[in-house]
Amino acid sequence: MPSRDMGVIDLQQQVVGPAPHANPIAIEVRDVDLFYGGAQALRKVSFSTRKHCVTAFIGPSGCGKSTLLRCFNRMNDLVDSCRVEGQIVIDGENIYDRSVNITDLRRKVGMVFQKPNPFPKSVYENVAYGLRLQGIRNRGYLDDKVAWALKSAALWDEVSNRLKDSALGLSGGQQQRLVIARAIAVEPKILLLDEPASALDPISTLKIEELIYKLKEDYTLLIVTHNMQQAARVSDYTAFMYLGELVEFDDTNTIFTNPKQKRTEDYITGRYG
Amino acid sequence: MDNAEITTHISQQYNDELESIRHRVLLMGGMVERQIEDALQALRDADGSLGEQVVKADVKINAFEVAIDEDCSHILARRQPAAGDLRLVLTIIKTITDLERIGDEAEKIGRLAVHLSEVRGPSYRHSVGLSHLGELVKQMVHDVLDAFARLDFEASLAIARLDQQVDAEYEIILRQLMTYMMEDARSITGVLDVMWAARALERIGDHAKNIGEYVIFLVKGKDVRHTSLDSMEAEVLD
Repeated sequence: MPSRDMGVIDLQQQVVGPAPHANPIAIEVRDVDLFYGGAQALRKVSFSTRKHCVTAFIGPSGCGKSTLLRCFNRMNDLVDSCRVEGQIVIDGENIYDRSVNITDLRRKVGMVFQKPNPFPKSVYENVAYGLRLQGIRNRGYLDDKVAWALKSAALWDEVSNRLKDSALGLSGGQQQRLVIARAIAVEPKILLLDEPASALDPISTLKIEELIYKLKEDYTLLIVTHNMQQAARVSDYTAFMYLGELVEFDDTNTIFTNPKQKRTEDYITGRYG
Repeated sequence: MDNAEITTHISQQYNDELESIRHRVLLMGGMVERQIEDALQALRDADGSLGEQVVKADVKINAFEVAIDEDCSHILARRQPAAGDLRLVLTIIKTITDLERIGDEAEKIGRLAVHLSEVRGPSYRHSVGLSHLGELVKQMVHDVLDAFARLDFEASLAIARLDQQVDAEYEIILRQLMTYMMEDARSITGVLDVMWAARALERIGDHAKNIGEYVIFLVKGKDVRHTSLDSMEAEVLD
């Protein structure tokens, strides 16, 4: 039961407070344009987000939110016709500089997709995969890392006695947490989540959301979601995108109670755009 | 947000729900207005049976509050409203609380009218001084319901100004009534009744002002409770 003893409680302190504005900047996006051939998919997107914060991207299908998310680990490089202009600065470095090593970047910026995509290997090998790629062979070190990553992904209790079993035998929600464990095993700084819960049932979804809440203690997270309530629940900042433009970027509290732009209001309240 | 926006959801069902809940708040407001009107008349004419009627009718207002509250809970649970819709539902939940309290104050005045009709002393004459205060608060309630219906936040400022006038007038009435009591100790019981009625009217003014503040929150998203009239104007008109 909550105590009624006042002690030195600050009555002004809010239960669901604003984003931690004092945290250092984690990512700064400056005037990013993105083209697929002749078609422009992102238009002059600029914002910055802070460390240990969750930023949610919302907007209708085709508005560019997944495209934008894929800019942060340069996944778009895999699309031949794709061209990116502008800057994305992470740790003081523009990740689109020629000097940037893409493998290093992707180690620093992990990604999780909509459909869980475990490798057809054991639970253990899935999590150890990235570490083995880095050339780590020490069995004890791998064991520790795998256990740590599975615990961080809130999956350890469910799989600790079946580490040798195939990952494909896990439930959808477990697979998604396994993929998150795989992403954090290599200790990235930033995690990109593209609709991480849209293929999951409500309880698995809540577990993922709870996980996101815990993960931000160690990481900076960017999440694309179609589920507006999910964005409202998990994020510190919310970005509303429409037709390749960033219409509004603000504290999640502000976006969901008093957005400045009419287009944002129309979208989050389910009105005609 | 403005009025045209409330009914533009993709879900027609949701439009209907919000529209009908808003309509019910206005109906409740209309009943409350009627109660004030009747209570004041009962007081003016020392009409015991009309006072009785006001006391009985308060039950309906209470029932209205409970029903609208329940509607709001259902909308919160099933629609998870955001932004302007959320502010609308929050505003309604608060508004009906104040409307219900206004109803309670009207009921008090009704009871006092019943009492006055029984004693009929010189105090009956003293209640005449309340008629202007009564007109003022009636106007405030009327205007604030209009402000809610039209989402007219500027009207809320006018209502807050009227409330200052009500407070000043209440002070004057108190002084006047104290003089009566000092002049003639036998009048004290009856004059106290009038004093309670004045107090009830002053409280109605406060509740109307509160509702005006909720309208500002609804339209502008700004919480202006517990601020001075000046800072309220500055917040709203920037």
